[in-house]
Amino acid sequence: MNAPGHALTAAAAPRSRAERAPHERPAVHSTPRTTETTLAKAITAGLRRAMEEDEKVLLVGEDIGRLGGVFRVTDGLQKDFGEDRVVDSPLSEAGIVGTAVGLALRGYRPVCEIQFDGFIFPAFSEIVTQLAKMGARLGGAGRLPVVLRVPYGGGIGAVEHHSESPEALFAHTPGLRVVTPATPQDAYWMTQQAVRSDDPVMVFEPKRRYWDKGAVDLVGPLDAAPPLHAARVVRPGDDLTLVAYGPTVRLAVEAAAIAATEGTSVEVVDLRSVSPLDTATVEASVARTGRCVVVHEAPTFLGLGAELAARITERCFYALEAPVLRVGGFAVPYPAARIEEHYLPDVDRVLDAVDRSMAS
Amino acid sequence: MGPEAVGSTAAPMVQLLTPAGERVTSGDDGGYAERVEHLGLDDLRDRYRRMALVRRVDVEATALQRQGELALWASCSGQEAAQVGAAAALARQDHVFPSYREHGIAIGRGLDPVALLQLYRGTTHGGWDPAASGFHLYTLVIGAQTLHATGYAMGVQRDGAVGTGDPARDTAVLACFGDGATAQGEVSEAMVWAGVFNAPVVFFCQNNQWAISEPNERQMRAPLARRAEGFGFPGVRVDGNDVLAVEAVVGAAADRARAGEGPMLVEAWTYRMAAHTTSDDTSRYRDRGEEQHWRERDPLDRLEAHLRATGDDDDHAAFLADVTAEADAVAERVRRGVRALPDPEPTSMFDHVYADPHPLVEEERAWLADWVAAGEER
Ligand SMILES: Cc1ncc(C[n+]2csc(CCOP(=O)(O)OP(=O)(O)O)c2C)c(N)n1
Repeated sequence: MNAPGHALTAAAAPRSRAERAPHERPAVHSTPRTTETTLAKAITAGLRRAMEEDEKVLLVGEDIGRLGGVFRVTDGLQKDFGEDRVVDSPLSEAGIVGTAVGLALRGYRPVCEIQFDGFIFPAFSEIVTQLAKMGARLGGAGRLPVVLRVPYGGGIGAVEHHSESPEALFAHTPGLRVVTPATPQDAYWMTQQAVRSDDPVMVFEPKRRYWDKGAVDLVGPLDAAPPLHAARVVRPGDDLTLVAYGPTVRLAVEAAAIAATEGTSVEVVDLRSVSPLDTATVEASVARTGRCVVVHEAPTFLGLGAELAARITERCFYALEAPVLRVGGFAVPYPAARIEEHYLPDVDRVLDAVDRSMAS
Repeated sequence: MGPEAVGSTAAPMVQLLTPAGERVTSGDDGGYAERVEHLGLDDLRDRYRRMALVRRVDVEATALQRQGELALWASCSGQEAAQVGAAAALARQDHVFPSYREHGIAIGRGLDPVALLQLYRGTTHGGWDPAASGFHLYTLVIGAQTLHATGYAMGVQRDGAVGTGDPARDTAVLACFGDGATAQGEVSEAMVWAGVFNAPVVFFCQNNQWAISEPNERQMRAPLARRAEGFGFPGVRVDGNDVLAVEAVVGAAADRARAGEGPMLVEAWTYRMAAHTTSDDTSRYRDRGEEQHWRERDPLDRLEAHLRATGDDDDHAAFLADVTAEADAVAERVRRGVRALPDPEPTSMFDHVYADPHPLVEEERAWLADWVAAGEER
C-alpha cells in the first residue's frame, strides 16, 4: 500500500502523565543561516546536495520519480536530475538491491528507497548474502557504496507491514552500517554522510517524524557535522540515562521533561547510529548517572536494548545503581492499527521504567 | 530500440461484449463464446447486479475512509467485470488467493463486506476464515500469495482432487495479482513451480495498467499473456471490462486446471479508475484525459447498455430500480456494520501468535493486561 491515512493517528488517548508534557522538542542549534523544514524535506535537500556533488549518485525505487515517493521524499528530483538518475524501478525489491550491487561495482553510488519497512524482505537475501559481504570478499579490490533508505516504525495508523522496526536484523548483519536520524538537521547531514560512505549504509527514517519540523543548516559544510556514527546527548541530566533513537527520541525528551517536573534529572542520549554503536557516549553518561533505560519501538527481545544492556553491564558494572531496563515492542507481530498505541512505547511506559530504575 | 508496446492493441484480446454492449457470439479460436452461449438475460442481469453491488460497497468504503471510519481503502472501481466474471467462473470447492483489491471476488465468494472492511479499518490483519469461503486472506506483500496458491494447488493434487471427472470434487486455485506484481521474483517463481508440477493454478492478473504511479512499461516489456509460454503453459489476454469474456476465459482455465492439465495465465486488461488507495493522488502521474477515456469505458455501463438493448424498456428500468434499492440496503448495512465494529482488546495482539503456549508471549501479555488495568485507574 502507499502512504496510509492518518485517521487513526490522533486516536491515542491522552495519558495522565503525558498530559502534563510540556511538548519539548529535541534541542537543535539555531543560527541565522538555518531554515525551518520537515524531516522529510531535509532528506530531500540532503539527497539533492549529494546528487549535485557527485554525478555517480543515483536514486532507485518504486514510485520515486514522477510521484516523488509515497512520502514525497524524492519530490522534484527526477524533474531536476532526469530519469537516468532518479529511476522509477520495477516493483521488485530484490531487483532494486541486486542491481544496486551491480551498479556499485560499475562505479555508481545507488541510493535505494524501500517503500516501507515491511517490504524490505524480498530483498533480504541480496542485502544479507551479497551487499553486506561483498566488500570483505573483494579483499580491498572494491567497495559497495550503496545506501538503502527505509521509512520505518509505527504510530501512523497503517495497515499491515507498514509500521515495523526491523533495524536489529540488519544491525546483526556484519558488513552493514545502520543509522537512524531523529531530527531534520540529522536527517540532512546523515543522508549525505551515508551517500559519501564507501560502505553499504542503511538509513532507517522514522516515518512518523517525517512531518516534524526543525531548524536545518542547509549551507554549512558537511565536514562540520558530527560523525555519522556518533551518539549525541540531546538533553543533559544527572540521575538517569535514557537512550533512544529514531522515532523514540522525541518521546524520550518528552518523558525527560515530565520527569524533571517530578524531581528526576534525566539525560537523553540519541544513539543516531545502531551499527556501529557509539557505546562510549552512553558509557560516559551512565558512569555519571548510574542508571539506564533504553527505549525503542522494535521488540525488546534480542533488540538493540539487549545489546546496550549487555555492553553497559560489562563496562559500567560498578557504576550501576540499577539494572539496565528496556522499554519497547512486544514479541508479537506488529498489531492492527486500532491497538497499536498499546504496542508502542509511550511516555507513561518510559516514565514507569524511569520510576522502577530510580526505586532500585 | 525502444520497448515493445504492451498496451491494449499490442496483443489479441478475447472480447465477447463490445464496448458498445453488443454480444459477440463467434469468431474466437478458444471456443470462449460457446462457453457462455447459454447465458441469457437473467444470467447477465445477475452479473450486472453483482457488479453494481460491488461498486456500491466500494463507494461506501471510500466514503467511510473519508469520514475517518477506515484507515485506508483500496478501491476496485473499474475492475468489477474482471472480478465478478472470475468469481462466476469458479466452482464451490475452488480456492482464491487474493491480493488486497479483490473485493468483487470476495463478495462473490459470499464474504460479508464488513469482514473485508475490518482490515482496512485497522481492527485486524486477517478478518475471515478462508476455509469457509475458499477465499484466502488478503496479502499486502506484493506477489507473495502466488506461491501460496501454487503450494495449495500442489496439495489439491496430492489429495487426488484433480482429473477425477467429478465436477463437485475437481478443484482449481485462482492466484490473483496485479500488473506491478509481475515484476516480483516470487510471481515468476510461482509460475516456474506451477509449470514444473503441473499444478491446478489459474494465474489471474488484473492488468489495471498502473502500479501506484508506475505504468505497465515499468514492469514488463512485452504483453504479459505471452510470458506464459516461457513457463510452459498457455496465456490469454481477455478484455477485463467484459464480464462475459472474463467468465469464459477464467472458466476455461479453471476447467483445464481441474482436469489436471495444469496452469494457465489469464491477463485481464482493465483500468484502475480510482486512485491506488485513498492516500494516493493520481494527478501527480496520469492525465485527466486518460481517466476520462476509461470512465467512458466503465464495465458497468457496457453491460448495462447490453441489457438495455436486449430487454423491454420498462422491464429494464424496473430491474435497475431493484438493483439500486438492493445496493442502498447493502450500503446501509455496511455503514452500520463498520461503525459498530469494536476496537479489539489490547491483549488480543498476543492471541494466536503461536499454537502452543510461549512463555515470553504469556509474560508480556500478563504485563500488558496489568498495565492497561492500572491505566484505567490512573
Ligand atoms: C513487496 C512490496 N513492495 C512494495 C509494496 C508497496 N505497494 C503496494 S501496492 C503497490 C503497487 C501494486 O501494483 P499492482 O501489482 O499493479 O496492483 P494494483 O495495486 O494496481 O492492484 C506497491 C508498490 C508492497 N505492498 N509490497
